[in-house]
Amino acid sequence: MPEIVVEASRAMALGVKLCKPKVIPMYPITPQTHIVEALAEMINNGELQAEMIHVESEHSACSALLGAQAAGVRTFSATSSQGLALMYEILPIISGNRMPCVMAVANRALSAPISIWNDHSDAVSARDQGWIQLWVESTQEAIDTTIQLYKICEDHSVLLPGMLCLDGFTLSHVYERAIVPEQEQVDAFLPEYKPYIKLDPEKPITMGPIAFPNSFMEFKKMQHEAMLQALKVIKNVHDEFAKQFGRAYGDGLLELYRMEDAEYALMGMGTLVGTARVVVDKLREEGQKVGLIKLRSLRPFPKGELINATKNLQGLTVIDRHISLGYEGPLFSDVRSALFESDIRINNFIAGLGGRDITQKHLRKALLSLKERREGGWLL
Amino acid sequence: MIRGLPEEEFFASGHRACAGCGAAIAMRHITKAAGRNTIVVQATGCMEVVSTPYPETAWRLPYIHGAFENTAAIASGIERALKTLGKKYNILVLGGDGATFDIGFGALSGAIERGHNFLYVCNDNGAYMNTGIQRSGATPKYAHTTTSPAGRVIPGKLEWKKPLPFIIASHRAPYVATASISEIPDLYSKIKKGLEIEGPCYVQVFSPCVPGWGIDSAKSVEVARLAVETRICPLYEIEGGILKITKDIKEPKPVEEYLKAQARFKHLSETQIKEIQAFVDGEWTRIKELEEKKCRFY
Repeated sequence: MPEIVVEASRAMALGVKLCKPKVIPMYPITPQTHIVEALAEMINNGELQAEMIHVESEHSACSALLGAQAAGVRTFSATSSQGLALMYEILPIISGNRMPCVMAVANRALSAPISIWNDHSDAVSARDQGWIQLWVESTQEAIDTTIQLYKICEDHSVLLPGMLCLDGFTLSHVYERAIVPEQEQVDAFLPEYKPYIKLDPEKPITMGPIAFPNSFMEFKKMQHEAMLQALKVIKNVHDEFAKQFGRAYGDGLLELYRMEDAEYALMGMGTLVGTARVVVDKLREEGQKVGLIKLRSLRPFPKGELINATKNLQGLTVIDRHISLGYEGPLFSDVRSALFESDIRINNFIAGLGGRDITQKHLRKALLSLKERREGGWLL
Repeated sequence: MIRGLPEEEFFASGHRACAGCGAAIAMRHITKAAGRNTIVVQATGCMEVVSTPYPETAWRLPYIHGAFENTAAIASGIERALKTLGKKYNILVLGGDGATFDIGFGALSGAIERGHNFLYVCNDNGAYMNTGIQRSGATPKYAHTTTSPAGRVIPGKLEWKKPLPFIIASHRAPYVATASISEIPDLYSKIKKGLEIEGPCYVQVFSPCVPGWGIDSAKSVEVARLAVETRICPLYEIEGGILKITKDIKEPKPVEEYLKAQARFKHLSETQIKEIQAFVDGEWTRIKELEEKKCRFY
């Protein structure tokens, strides 16, 4: 397995290439573009046997994704911010048709004011549309999770689309060391794509029918059950990957850092977790019993795992890189709802919107806030 | 059953369209022309709603409905996927005039520019009928719709119809044609041609909507025929950028005959009818000139 120094976007593309998607509809938007540019190079140099469709909008990118997957092939696309917002209409159509499409979202703030920089408002705003959302912290995790995500989504007990969420710029444009698996290893892990259903004149079926009130809810209930089933599949696929490739990320749903005897902990997603690790280490050196919970799977949400991970805590501080305007951080809402029967104190900080740096100082202040009986708020 | 057409039906009876629905007549014969080796992509609209009430379907062909404005993009994905699988099927893309002229125009334009191999068929009844007869870019001037009502101050729609076949032809589409449900053999052969010719082809089918136009359900074919005979709906094809009229109307009936047959035009004044007649005459002259001078769309 070669270890290289690589930009996360290119690493993502290398991960995608190993999964052999056949159709890649794409539309450019910063900071996602390096991913599809790398894929375009691979296709045009004959290293990847796939068709790139240079669609005229993200709406069409998402629609072509649906068409190609429905015709019976593995697909990939990538987007960010306004691009994901433009795809929004098609997201529930892909999940409702149970098409296991995989898409990378290089997370970026939503306009206005326009900002090309990172926060989580794009993907978090789309979390209720029936896509599995796995959030990654590092380049290596981006490669590994891409490979896992295809296997998770295509599992016939799941059959849901998946978003691989990586922080725009703070991850997508960062160069790190990473191990790129060999093709044979990935082939042994991820089998050839076998569609559960497809558009085939030999066996005509109708996809995307109209459902009247007497059947619509059953469709949604089945999707929800598949999402809950995905909790198990994410774990199993992660464990299988860990065994075969020797790299693990917690249990696949949550990754716990120095939580053994922790009294207070931080929780968040994406690259801010990397900074938080340093903060936890420093506070530990000072004798503070603190830890860190990284959320990998925002949907499905690992409620049971979170209850277990937090049962000995006195306080949990949730960092949201997005705000549900008029209420609070959406991750905080999820966490508080999951833990409402426990007596842990929980608070919330909004941080890093529109690319604002999240510094060690910020996270130290946040992590000690409950111990020092301070309220949550904005890390400006 | 029209003599000479295949007996096999791919758009099954029992669908929920209105009696006399022009679009249902179009679907039936378009799918006959396409045949078994076809994948259908359909936009949201009446035809999708009446033909796919879960768990029933009128489609005896593989069929996908995604959304309103994205059929051309879905078809693009299907076409490229089939290419990687080494399979070749007809890809038949169906949308109404709202889906085609308005909301899906960007996706259609992009797909034609990219040169995907499919046939896009627009069922043109000149309004958003599924949502209750609202004005579209294909609505004819002065027509009453529920969003361009014939009021005391504003007499229906104020603009002419978008010249979509010419716009598509200018994209270098290899084959563009207009057809009518009153001329089934002509429609049938144009669909066949559009599927045979490599690349993105476009056929626009003129088809009356019984409630939308305010006509008797027994008269939809008759009214469609009047549109052809009055030159309201000129029938032509543009192959390789060259236009050819496929049904010459040497002695046209006055447009008044067509307009008077429909409730959506019942408020029209003499002056407005004259204005429409002058416009139709002008358009016919222009199309004739394009044909005679062998003007190239590209």
